[in-house]
Amino acid sequence: MDSPSTVAGRMGARSRARAFRQRLQHGDQIAHLITLIFAATIIVITALLFYELYTSAAPTREKFGWRFLTGTTWDPVALDFGALPFIYGTLVTSALALIIGVPLGVGAAIFLAELAPLRLSAGLAFIIELLAAVPSVIYGLLAIFTLVPFLREYVTPLLGEIVGFIPLFQGVSYGVSLLAGGSILAIMILPFIISISREVLLAVPREQREASLALGATRWETAWNVVVPYAKAGIIGSIFLALARALGETMAVTMVIGNDPRINLSLFAPGYSIAAVIANEFSEATSGIHISALIELGFVLFCITIVVNAAARLLILTTRRKASGA
Amino acid sequence: MKRIIPIVVLTLLCISCADNERTSAAAPPAPADQVLVTGAGASFPYPIYSKWFDQYHRMFPQININYQSIGSGGGIRQVMEGTVDFGASDGPMTDDQLKQAKIKILHFPTVLGAVVPVYNIPGVTQEINFTPEVLAGIFLGKITKWSDPELKKANPAVNLPDKNIVVIHRSDGSGTTYVWVDYLSKISPEWKSKVGVNTSVNWPVGLGGKNNEGVAGLVKQTPNSLGYVELIYAIQNKMSYGKVRNSEGTFVKADLASVTAAAAATVKTMPADFRVSITNSPGKDAYPISSFTWLLIPSKIQDQTKKKVIKDFLQWMLTDGQNMVEALSYAKLPKEVVAMEQKALASIE
Repeated sequence: MDSPSTVAGRMGARSRARAFRQRLQHGDQIAHLITLIFAATIIVITALLFYELYTSAAPTREKFGWRFLTGTTWDPVALDFGALPFIYGTLVTSALALIIGVPLGVGAAIFLAELAPLRLSAGLAFIIELLAAVPSVIYGLLAIFTLVPFLREYVTPLLGEIVGFIPLFQGVSYGVSLLAGGSILAIMILPFIISISREVLLAVPREQREASLALGATRWETAWNVVVPYAKAGIIGSIFLALARALGETMAVTMVIGNDPRINLSLFAPGYSIAAVIANEFSEATSGIHISALIELGFVLFCITIVVNAAARLLILTTRRKASGA
Repeated sequence: MKRIIPIVVLTLLCISCADNERTSAAAPPAPADQVLVTGAGASFPYPIYSKWFDQYHRMFPQININYQSIGSGGGIRQVMEGTVDFGASDGPMTDDQLKQAKIKILHFPTVLGAVVPVYNIPGVTQEINFTPEVLAGIFLGKITKWSDPELKKANPAVNLPDKNIVVIHRSDGSGTTYVWVDYLSKISPEWKSKVGVNTSVNWPVGLGGKNNEGVAGLVKQTPNSLGYVELIYAIQNKMSYGKVRNSEGTFVKADLASVTAAAAATVKTMPADFRVSITNSPGKDAYPISSFTWLLIPSKIQDQTKKKVIKDFLQWMLTDGQNMVEALSYAKLPKEVVAMEQKALASIE
């Protein structure tokens, strides 16, 4: 390097330092750094969670391998552990919750955002947000004292009579069942679907509605054919948020699902969910392999939520692309 | 939350340890020192433990005993790892667990409890008698109807309905379950080989309820159901519970006297480490599904102040403390056991 360029380099360094100081004074750099650290903690926490669950589950991973996922026995005495009944229970109750909760939730959101008078809409939205804040154990109590007897006395006999030829609705019902677990979950996820979907629908530009109405469409046609498709990505997002909540819900589910680790095709039969068995057995588990099995169940649940979230992303991406393509 | 509590407790403990060491070097049992002793474990004896610790704190305001009812399993784990000063459990530690523990751990029985079969049969108001064979048969899924001949034989005067029995058990790991299945495996070889004994087991039949409340709630709500809860819980909630036939052939209803009788009957065979199961105990008046609950105390306590506090407390618990238990529906320890424990106290170093 020749001397002028070194001088220039030194000058450059000095001015760069000054510029850096200036930027610091304006806070840009600091804000950048701090927010970066905040964002990084999320990744670190997730990675730590993953690592910790994976390594703590080592004893069962080594002992059972993939058989852990397909085994159907859960025997803390003989120390034989299989996760399939819990995976089944978790997926079935969550699916039920979506089947019941999505039409109700999205329908209510459309009414509140598009058809209801503003005052009613705002009032109801407030109450719905209140519902989202009710602790899950309260929902569980509600389920035990009202939902379960209601299902046992009225709903299951009726279902058995009408659609009893389908294996899903056969057998004796004691009230506590996969159906009860799914129903209480549906009630619990409703506020999420409604309040987020309503916000998304309200955010649809006014021009979209006006254009549709100007073409002679009715209010319902506008809502269903124009506003809802526009807000589709947001509504799907709300549904997956609700699904994530349903997968991980513990207290309310364990209070009504029957806690029986067997795979039953009938929705009237009791079942068991992953979160419920962890909450039930962890505090009293004494043998290392039992604890490890519970931790591996946690790991499985974690993986399920990751898969679900990834699926949600993909779905939103494809609907967006379709929307923009059209 | 449960994972956080031990950490908080531990931090407090460290602070108090540091404090104690400084002062205890000067004057070991100085009454002005604040002492914090921490324990964790079984939830079944929690009502009496919290009453004892509260009473003890009133008598000696400088002594604080902090007890977390995190469950027997948690109590055993924490005392094994030395993160608490003492543990508590409804089932005795296994030989393996004792071997794994860093220091030798001693068992001290504190009170007695019982587990009772509770039922809800619409139209039946009489007390129902259960034989061991019936209980094992029902929980194995072999006896499925209330009108089963075995049940009718034990209850000739009761008009039992021709309905399916809905079996209800605990879904969470619990000392109550331990006592119940410990009894079943003593009276039924089939239960012992098929299911076994633990705080949670692989139930052949039935629905699971969380906690005593969960089981009680399900039994109350479900017609023709049969479950099991702690005696105290059944009494407080005015639930109907049945008599059980004991090893001498008499049908006994669980109460404080019949539970103490079960303990008294095993006094002669009481091992020195107190790790004994008193289910299906001999004795004409003994209720067969009874159990001790234990405090787990390390045999060596480094901190002199704490050692003194723990020993003093145990001494008080065995004497004055025992007079408080019946008000909370726990059964007292038999005198002979108290004497044995007082001897064992001396071995804490």
